[in-house]
Amino acid sequence: MARDSQAALVALNRFGFGARGGASGDLINAASDPRGFVKAELARPNAVLLEAPGLQSTPQLGQAVFVYQDQVKQAREAAAKAGAPTEAPSQAPADQKSGLRRNLSLNAAATEIAGQMAEVRPTDNKPADNAAKPDTMQPNAAAPPAAKPAPQPLNVIQKTFRAEALARLQRATLVECGFTERLVVFWSNHFCISASKGELARIWAGAFEREAIRPHVLGRFADMLKAVEQHPAMLFFLDNQQSLGPDSRAGQNRKRGLNENLAREIMELHTLGVGGGYTQDDVTSLARIITGWTFAGRQGQLGAPGSFVFNVNAHQPGPQMLLGKTYEPSGLAQGEAALADIARHPSTANFIATKFVRHFVADDPPPALVARLRDVFIKTDGDLKALATALVESDEAWQAPLTKMRSPYDFLVASGRLLARVPEDPGAYLNNLNLLGQPLWSPAGPNGFPDTSAAWAAPEGIKLRLDIAAQMGARLGPNIDPLDLLEFAAADAASIETRKTIERAESRQQALALLLMSPEMQRR
Amino acid sequence: MIDCVENRLLTSRRGLLLGGASFAAWAYLPKFARAADGRDPRLIVVILRGALDGLSTVAPIGDPDYAGLHGAIALTADGAHPAIMLDTFFALHPAMPEFARMYRDTHAAVIHAVATPYRDRSHFDGQDVLESGYAGPGRVQSGWLNRALEALPRGERVSSALAVGPTTPLVLRGNAPTVGWAPVALPQADDDTAMRLVELYRHRDPALAAVLSQGLQLEKAASGDDMKPKPGNQVAQMRQVARGAAKLMASDDGPRIAALAFDGWDTHANEGGPVGRLAFLLGGLDGALAEFESGLGERWRDTVVVVATEFGRTARINGTDGTDHGTGTIALLAGGAVKGGRVIADWPGLKPANLFEARDLKPTTDLRSVIKGVLQGQFGLSDRVLAETVFPDSASARPMKGLVT
Repeated sequence: MARDSQAALVALNRFGFGARGGASGDLINAASDPRGFVKAELARPNAVLLEAPGLQSTPQLGQAVFVYQDQVKQAREAAAKAGAPTEAPSQAPADQKSGLRRNLSLNAAATEIAGQMAEVRPTDNKPADNAAKPDTMQPNAAAPPAAKPAPQPLNVIQKTFRAEALARLQRATLVECGFTERLVVFWSNHFCISASKGELARIWAGAFEREAIRPHVLGRFADMLKAVEQHPAMLFFLDNQQSLGPDSRAGQNRKRGLNENLAREIMELHTLGVGGGYTQDDVTSLARIITGWTFAGRQGQLGAPGSFVFNVNAHQPGPQMLLGKTYEPSGLAQGEAALADIARHPSTANFIATKFVRHFVADDPPPALVARLRDVFIKTDGDLKALATALVESDEAWQAPLTKMRSPYDFLVASGRLLARVPEDPGAYLNNLNLLGQPLWSPAGPNGFPDTSAAWAAPEGIKLRLDIAAQMGARLGPNIDPLDLLEFAAADAASIETRKTIERAESRQQALALLLMSPEMQRR
Repeated sequence: MIDCVENRLLTSRRGLLLGGASFAAWAYLPKFARAADGRDPRLIVVILRGALDGLSTVAPIGDPDYAGLHGAIALTADGAHPAIMLDTFFALHPAMPEFARMYRDTHAAVIHAVATPYRDRSHFDGQDVLESGYAGPGRVQSGWLNRALEALPRGERVSSALAVGPTTPLVLRGNAPTVGWAPVALPQADDDTAMRLVELYRHRDPALAAVLSQGLQLEKAASGDDMKPKPGNQVAQMRQVARGAAKLMASDDGPRIAALAFDGWDTHANEGGPVGRLAFLLGGLDGALAEFESGLGERWRDTVVVVATEFGRTARINGTDGTDHGTGTIALLAGGAVKGGRVIADWPGLKPANLFEARDLKPTTDLRSVIKGVLQGQFGLSDRVLAETVFPDSASARPMKGLVT
């Protein structure tokens, strides 16, 4: 087959994380069989799973937080008894400071930067019982310390977050095409939680993706939906662990009741989409149906601390009408039946197909392609591998010009791959993601990070990318040949202007910065 | 990859830490900025994202159904933290003493039972409607404030401005150029590299050429020696961004029209009453208004600050001592140019039959009328421009008269 570098660019950049430098031969391989290159990863669903030494399960991590919080409490009590100023272990950095954020990416960045600073010095003395007090939108009001205490070791939450981040970044850097990793990022953002909700959310962010997203990226949508909505991280993020059936035993005893946060976002953001045909009554109904979906707390009365449990005492008794159908009382099964029906609702097929095409192909998704993917979704009962395959096999995905902006995450990963640098520490990536407005696993709201070029091609954002690229150039430029890298990245699909700009650069450092910022590296 | 960055972050002179706050401004002075009458109007739009509980901020204490609906978090006129009576019916949250003072001085007003034309309950669509100024969601290319700017005579360019966030808030997005500033915490690319890249983009990617050029200009325009990072909580940060914004807007060649957004108002659980989470955030908002007042100095007399949110919250508290997404809420006006000292409300009542969909405060005032009234009062925009361009298809929402002195 003739080499087609332009199609290779589509294969690597639209579907994947960009060509790896070094001896990978990615561009040549992709050019000889672009579709086959992308589809190869779809044949290996187990390769989507992420296991690395030291990465723990959600209950294990929940237990670790509870233990840590107890230690903080004891240290504080001991200090109070001694009349000395509190010297607690350092706290999770950004958790208490940020709250729910939307479209304020650099704020998030700045806040996270504050978090980075906090990692080496405790700046607050917030009570450690975040799990019991999910109102983490309230930042602590403690005054900053007058003098910088000595650096503190990372706490278990910070350590876990960084280990999870590192495993994800290493995987993204090393995989061949990166299509399945891009799918993971897509679905993880679709079903996002935010680590800034609190300590449990931060420690669980990586496990949530490994446990609820990855196993189903090439599986069934309904399975992913169920795994997500029953995951403690999601139940915590959208307050469902607090929601009680008003007529349940717990609701009656505690004089508390519904919280419809999760139910609404399930329909609005996860499945049917706004305008997908549900009403306020449906939101309230679903909220009642999923009362009792919670996770076991530190006492472990309902199960292993930090594991999903169905608390029948919190569950609203009785039948519920949802989207025109009555769901008889059947405990946990009532909600599972409702989710299964919502998953195969035509509005869900339409919403998912549209979002999927918008992510991979164009901000204005070609209607014919959306319609075809919607039909695939319906016909296969939400087979996500079939959905991905249909996308790769479409003509539109290969013909549409590469006009989407790479997100900050895509840009940083693609740069690392081209430079053949496997990260050994996630710190630089995390900092740069904060600066560029895409703090890892910490979107401003439950709708996730934006997915349009307009959101990322903003003046400050692009200027900051240039500053980051210039830093990479300064550090790594002396040892590489930028024209070799251009061959790896785009070969003869590179524009004459890009090639000339790199050739005429005043230094290798400058050449590398310009290459990383070239349209070939920024667009996908 | 870049391990040198973190250290420099700590020492960056211009790094600015702002939690849950953003600011952006029009890049030009209005032509009439120094008009003969000496009036030099300023407008600051504050967007509260997440849906503010209007019934907890300005409580209708005189409504017999309020206390029952708002239950454990209802404000009262007595007790340890009494609400501040604004008149015989409405009381202000005790966390807002500065706003109360402005109200007494007739430089602040409340508009109650107000809403945009949006009647569903999605934050994201609701924010789109609030900020875009269109009657329905999905129109996110430009915001009403930007379209209002396009209708103003453009004078000189402002010398400096400040913004946070790599994206401009939708309300200020559009054709009229805006300026902003991001907390540059990195050593910057040199000018030569930047110019080469602009040149490449000009040939291959004009859209990126435009945004990068703008980004480079903003960087040059930014200033702020006393904008050093100060660790602090969200309230301190709200005050801080307001202080910085006020300083820029007070100067003769600084921006006149700006937008700012505060996050975190989505109080589904444990909202709190006179003290607690909402109280904390309201204290931050109150502090920010006070910063505007003091920072703008004598220009405060020409200023209007509009505070608006995408929708309200349920009249009845939910099962977790919070409130879910609702409809009617409040808008606040503050500033020396506000004809204040009053709560403007066509009060619908809180009886079950009077609630919107039997659950939310029923909106009786269109938020667009309020904003139109302010735009007209401050800048003299015509009914027609307001009804066709700034808020398309909004002729029925007539500008509210007499909001501005």
